[in-house]
Amino acid sequence: MAAVVLEQLNKIYPNSSHAIIDLDLDIIDGEFLVLVGPSGCGKSTALRMIAGLEDISSGVLRIGDRVVNDLAPKDRDIAMVFQNYALYPHMTVAQNIAFALKLAGRPKAEINERVQHAAQTLQLEPWLDRKPGQLSGGQRQRVAMGRAIVRDPAVFLMDEPLSNLDAKLRVQMRAVVARLQRDLKTTTVYVTHDQVEAMTMGDRVAVLRDGRLLQVDAPETLYERPADLFVAAFIGSPAMNLLDVGLEQNGDQLEAVLNAGRLIVPPAVLAARPGLLAYAGGRVVVGIRPEHLHDPAIGSDHGPARIRGVVELRESLGAVIDLHLRVHAKPAVTTETRQAAGDIELLERQAQVGESVVVATVDSRSKARVGETVELVVDTERAHFFDPETGQAIWD
Amino acid sequence: MTAETTTTTTLPRSVPTGISLGLGARIHRRLAAVPTAVLWLIVGLWTLPSLGMLVSSFRAEDAVKTTGWWTVVTDPKLTLDNYRAVFSTAGTDSPDMWRHFLNSLAIVIPATIIPIALAAFAAYAFAWMDFKGKTWLFVGVVALMAVPIQMSLIPLLQLYTGGAHLTIGGQTLTLFPDLNLAGTPAAAWLTHIGFGLPLAIFLLHNYISALPRDIFEAATIDGADHMQIFRRLVIPLSVPALAAFGIFQFLWVWNDYLVALSFIGGAPDKAPMTIRLATLSGGRGQDWHLLTAAAFVSIALPLAVFFALQRFFVRGLLAGSVKG
Ligand SMILES: Nc1ncnc2c1ncn2[C@@H]1O[C@H](COP(=O)(O)OP(=O)(O)O)[C@@H](O)[C@H]1O
Ligand SMILES: [Mg+2]
Repeated sequence: MAAVVLEQLNKIYPNSSHAIIDLDLDIIDGEFLVLVGPSGCGKSTALRMIAGLEDISSGVLRIGDRVVNDLAPKDRDIAMVFQNYALYPHMTVAQNIAFALKLAGRPKAEINERVQHAAQTLQLEPWLDRKPGQLSGGQRQRVAMGRAIVRDPAVFLMDEPLSNLDAKLRVQMRAVVARLQRDLKTTTVYVTHDQVEAMTMGDRVAVLRDGRLLQVDAPETLYERPADLFVAAFIGSPAMNLLDVGLEQNGDQLEAVLNAGRLIVPPAVLAARPGLLAYAGGRVVVGIRPEHLHDPAIGSDHGPARIRGVVELRESLGAVIDLHLRVHAKPAVTTETRQAAGDIELLERQAQVGESVVVATVDSRSKARVGETVELVVDTERAHFFDPETGQAIWD
Repeated sequence: MTAETTTTTTLPRSVPTGISLGLGARIHRRLAAVPTAVLWLIVGLWTLPSLGMLVSSFRAEDAVKTTGWWTVVTDPKLTLDNYRAVFSTAGTDSPDMWRHFLNSLAIVIPATIIPIALAAFAAYAFAWMDFKGKTWLFVGVVALMAVPIQMSLIPLLQLYTGGAHLTIGGQTLTLFPDLNLAGTPAAAWLTHIGFGLPLAIFLLHNYISALPRDIFEAATIDGADHMQIFRRLVIPLSVPALAAFGIFQFLWVWNDYLVALSFIGGAPDKAPMTIRLATLSGGRGQDWHLLTAAAFVSIALPLAVFFALQRFFVRGLLAGSVKG
C-alpha cells in the first residue's frame, strides 16, 4: 500500500519529443486512478516512468514515502500488466506467475501457496500447467493479472490491459479487475484510451492531452463539470454537441443565438456561471450532451428551449435511440474539437456553411424518422459553456 | 520428437495479398506449391550418389575399380575389406582412424560450444544493453566477417609459436604469451572460434534483437537482472537459432582441412580425420576405393549431430507471449 506522487514530471525522449509536460498528480493510497486520453497523449510514457522503464527527465516521483526517481523497477515495489500481456512463452502458467517470487528467492512452499492463491482468485487453476500459447486471449490476460497480484506489490500499473480482448470479454474483465482492486485495496494506476473504461472503473480519472494533465476528478465530476472543451468532447458517448454561438444580453437575461433560433440561458445557470456575463455580445461554445435533448412528445415537464433539425440518421440501440440531426448552427472549431473530431474536413466544411450535426439520445418510443424535421427539447439547465479561444469552461 | 514439433507449431496465418512478403516467405510459398511427388523425385536424385558411395564402400577393390556400383543388384558380393583397411594401421606409420576421430572431436567440441556461448552473450549485450560505443563495436565485429582466413594463417602461426610482443623504447610488452600451440588441437579450435564468432554474433543478434521487448520489460519489473534475463528468457527462447548456428559451425569445423593442415599438419598423431582422409588414397590416388569407406566413417558423426539438433528447430516458440 502506498501513495504515488508525481511532482512536475517531465519526459523528453532522445529524439526531443516532449511526451510528458509538468505532470502533477497525487494518487491516494488504495485509489484506482485511471489515466485516459487519446492515443499518443503520453499515457504509457507516464506509466512507464512510474514503473522505472523510462528515465525521468525532470521532476520528482514518490512511491510511499520514498523518492524513487533513481530506483530500479524491482526496487519500487510495483507490478505491471502490459497491453499485450508479455507472458514468458516457454514457461507454464504456474511458472509465469511464480517467476518474480522465484527471482526473489522465496521458499518453495510459499511460492506454491501464493501461486495457488492467485490462480484461485483469477480462476486459473485448470490451466496452471499449460503454456501461454495454449490459452485463449482472456486466459492470457488473467495470467498477466496473476503475475502482478501474486507479488502483492504496493502499486499496480496497468497499460491498456483489456484492449486486446473482444468487446464482450472486455466488459466482463472490467468488472473483474475493478472488483479485484477493491478487494486488494492496492493503489492502481490504470491506463486506457477508452473513456467508458475510465468512467466505469476509476475512483478518479485523469485526462491527458498532448502530455499535459487537463483535469483529474471523480468520473461524475468529469462528466458534470468538464474543465475544458477537450475533456467535454472526450468524456461521454456519444460525444457532447459543441456549437459556436453568439451570446446576447436581453434585459437581464442572456440568450445564446444559433442560426436555428435562440436558447435562453436559465437564471440558475447564470447564477452558477457568472463569468458568462463578460461574454455578452461575444461568442461562446455551448455544449449540450446528447442525453440532454429530448423528444417533446414523450414525457412532460419540459422547459421551453427547443432546437430544430432534419433527422439524418436514426440508430436504435434498444433502450434508447440516437438521432443525428442536421441543425442550422455553427459547430465549434477549436484545436480541442478538431482533435476530438473523426473527420476534420467535414467539421470545417460544416462550420463554413453554418450547419452542424447534433446527436440526441432520445427515448426508444420516439417516432422521429429519417428525413423528417423535428424539434427537440433542450435541457438548458445542464448546458455547458466554454471560452472559444482558451477552451476553458466558463464559471466565475 | 515429431510430436513435440507439431504441438508447438503455429500454422502461418494466411497473408493478405498485396502486402509484400519477405523473400523467405515467398520462397516458402513457391516451394509449398510444388507437388509432393516432385519433391520425392528431387530427394531421390539427391540421395542417389550417396547411396552409390555407400554401396561401393562395401565392394571389393577390383569390383569397385572395374564395374559400376549398381551391378550389386545382379552380383551381390559385399565385403568389409575397405572398412578394415581404413581402420588398420598396417604398413603405415600413421595412427589408426579412431585416433583421428578423437582428434577431430578435440577440435570440434570446443570450436562449436565456445563461440556459441560467447556469441550469445555478445548478441544479447548488443541487442538489449546500453553501453557506450555499442554501434561502432557491433559494426567492427560484423566487419570482421570480411577478413579472409588465408590472410591470417601466417600471423596466427607466428602468434601460436612465438606469441606477440611489442617493443617500445627497449621495453618489451608481451601481448600474447608464447604458448607453443602449433601442432596442438588448441591452435585449430582457437582459430575456428575466432573466425566463427563474427558470424555467430551477427546471426544470433538478428534473432535475439527480434525477441519481443515487452517480455524483457516484464522480467525487469519481476526483478530479473541482465544475467537472469539472459539465462531464463534469452537462452530458452533462442534455442532454434543456437541449434542452427551449432550445426553450421560443427559441420564447418568438422570438414575443415585448411586450418587443420596449417596448424597441425606437422604433427600427424594430432591430425583430424580430414587430413588422414586426404592421405588415405595414396600418393597417386591409387587407393581411392578406400575413400568410399572413409567418407562414411567421417560423415557418421555429422549426421548424428544433425538429427540430434533438428528437433530444436521449432517454430512458434514465441506463441502466446505477446499479442498484436
Ligand atoms: N521511445 C520513444 N522515443 C521517442 N518518442 C516516443 C517514444 N515512445 C513514445 N514516444 C512519443 O511520445 C508520445 C507519447 O507516447 P505514448 O506514451 O506511447 O502515448 P500513449 O500511450 O498515450 O498512446 C508520442 O508522441 C510518441 O510518439
Ligand atoms: Mg500506450
